[in-house]
Amino acid sequence: MTIHLIGLGKAVFIWGLALMCVPILIWFERKGAAFIQDRVGPNRASILGVRLAGFIHNFSDVVKLLTKEMMVPAHANKWYFMLAPFVGITVILFAFAVIPWADNFRFGGWDIPMQVTSLNGGILFILAITSLEVYGVVLAGWSSNNKFSLLGGLRSSAQMVSYEVPLALSLIGVFMVFGTVQLGEIVTGQGNLLFGFLPKWGIFVQPLGFILFLTSVFAETNRNPFDLPEGESEIVAGYHTEYSGIRFALFYVGEYVAIVLGAAMVTTLFFGGWQIPYLPTARLISNAPMVLKVMLIFGAIVSLAAGAALVVYDKRLRGTWPKGDLRNQEGRILATVAFLMFAAHLVAIAYFWSIDMPDWGRATVALLAQIGAFVVKLLFFCWLFIWVRWTLPRFRYDQLMRLGWKTLLPLAFVNILITGLVLLLVDRAGS
Amino acid sequence: MELVVFYTLAGFSVVGALLMVTRKSPLAGALALVVSMAALAGLFAMLHAEFVFILQILLYAGAIMVLIIFTIMLLNLSPKELKERPVGKVKGLIIFAATVAGFLGFLRVLLMLPEGVPYVAPTFGNIEEVGALMLSSYMFPFEVISVLLLVAIVGIVVLAKKSI
Repeated sequence: MTIHLIGLGKAVFIWGLALMCVPILIWFERKGAAFIQDRVGPNRASILGVRLAGFIHNFSDVVKLLTKEMMVPAHANKWYFMLAPFVGITVILFAFAVIPWADNFRFGGWDIPMQVTSLNGGILFILAITSLEVYGVVLAGWSSNNKFSLLGGLRSSAQMVSYEVPLALSLIGVFMVFGTVQLGEIVTGQGNLLFGFLPKWGIFVQPLGFILFLTSVFAETNRNPFDLPEGESEIVAGYHTEYSGIRFALFYVGEYVAIVLGAAMVTTLFFGGWQIPYLPTARLISNAPMVLKVMLIFGAIVSLAAGAALVVYDKRLRGTWPKGDLRNQEGRILATVAFLMFAAHLVAIAYFWSIDMPDWGRATVALLAQIGAFVVKLLFFCWLFIWVRWTLPRFRYDQLMRLGWKTLLPLAFVNILITGLVLLLVDRAGS
Repeated sequence: MELVVFYTLAGFSVVGALLMVTRKSPLAGALALVVSMAALAGLFAMLHAEFVFILQILLYAGAIMVLIIFTIMLLNLSPKELKERPVGKVKGLIIFAATVAGFLGFLRVLLMLPEGVPYVAPTFGNIEEVGALMLSSYMFPFEVISVLLLVAIVGIVVLAKKSI
């Protein structure tokens, strides 16, 4: 019974993490796009005057999409039309079951692995899920009774199916180096040091594999520069043209969850997952009080800096809105929150300064540090997706297919060959 | 608990298969088959054949069925254009009942034999075992299948080109 509850808790955690990243990503997308394009971005929606630099737009978007009329086009196949968004969002969430977010939580007699399940097939499960994603796209495109949707749906599914091949082949190099398919063991294997000083992260042992994998993941999630199937200026909106209201919201959220999954895979396979360089779990646990102090002091400094910046912002903002408008108070409200957090950090530092940490406390601190490392790397790669989207122009469809089959596929084979040769030579030199 | 999971998966599998053979629209049949395949994959996982579970989803439900669904969608036949099979309902039901009874009888006989239900090693169905077997005892079929796939791909490209 306890096992089931722990598993349920882990599933809720990772699904919560994946879904909570979506509003953050949508905010990154709009503000990041604006930043790259040298403009301000959305900053109007506000709750009681607090605008949070455009974050409130997520809430207003949700309200708008919930209240919009959900149209079904005439002569469209109703059943498949309504099924497609559900397939799109449900299938992609299953893939988070094998992503590890921290080392095993060891305390007393407990040894809980920090991934929902450790399947024997490991990452092949994620490949299976990405091959099921095609159904949502194909059903949406075909059932909409719209030539643009059909064209977008067929192109998108052909693209997704084509790029599954370099995706899988670029992973074979990783399997050869780490000797296992299971994600938990791959991340643990990245804790060793290469040549004595470099952490054995995937990117250092498989640079070509990383580039191939990243490109294929961009193509799998239909993100720029591979987003012709949903390119706005080319074929309206591709396979989700006819969707409105909450059905469109499901497609949209599904696309961002796929981005989070792609970023999680890149982090786990090539950048050490939850590993903090030079700080293996044992060292984290034995130095837990120091780690906790460092984290709290860092948090205190960040809150103080945020509070100071908000005070400056408030001075600049005061009086720019008409009298009585709540938006005048935004700087003051946020500055108060920042200073309260600073005070909370100081209290925590004082409390934890000379406390004798029990075992479970040390394990918890190590857990939090590793989750923090994982989330930071995850958000960095999500930002990379957005950065690339607003930097590179779109590929034409035939260029896209040519890249997948004629460039990435041979390069993946070359990668496997070189990896095999290097491993053979290293093995022979070692023994 | 395991019984509940088994009956759910088996139910989905059987219902999916029944829907597939009774639907008029070929697309509905294909999607029902996908559901049936996914439930079968779950049953494989329950039998500790974890590698086969993943391969069933990856290859069967995710690649082969997508191909079949593409074909159905591109041909775009409405159910009226497809001819009715001339087997009456009563006759079909009798054939169905006879097949099920025959299969259940075969299963019963198999269960009575001592070597009908083999016990497997704890590492059965692991990806390491399958990989080791593929590269040691089954090396020749493995290589021959690769050549066969290559021949099939080249043949498809040649057949699908408009002019060589």
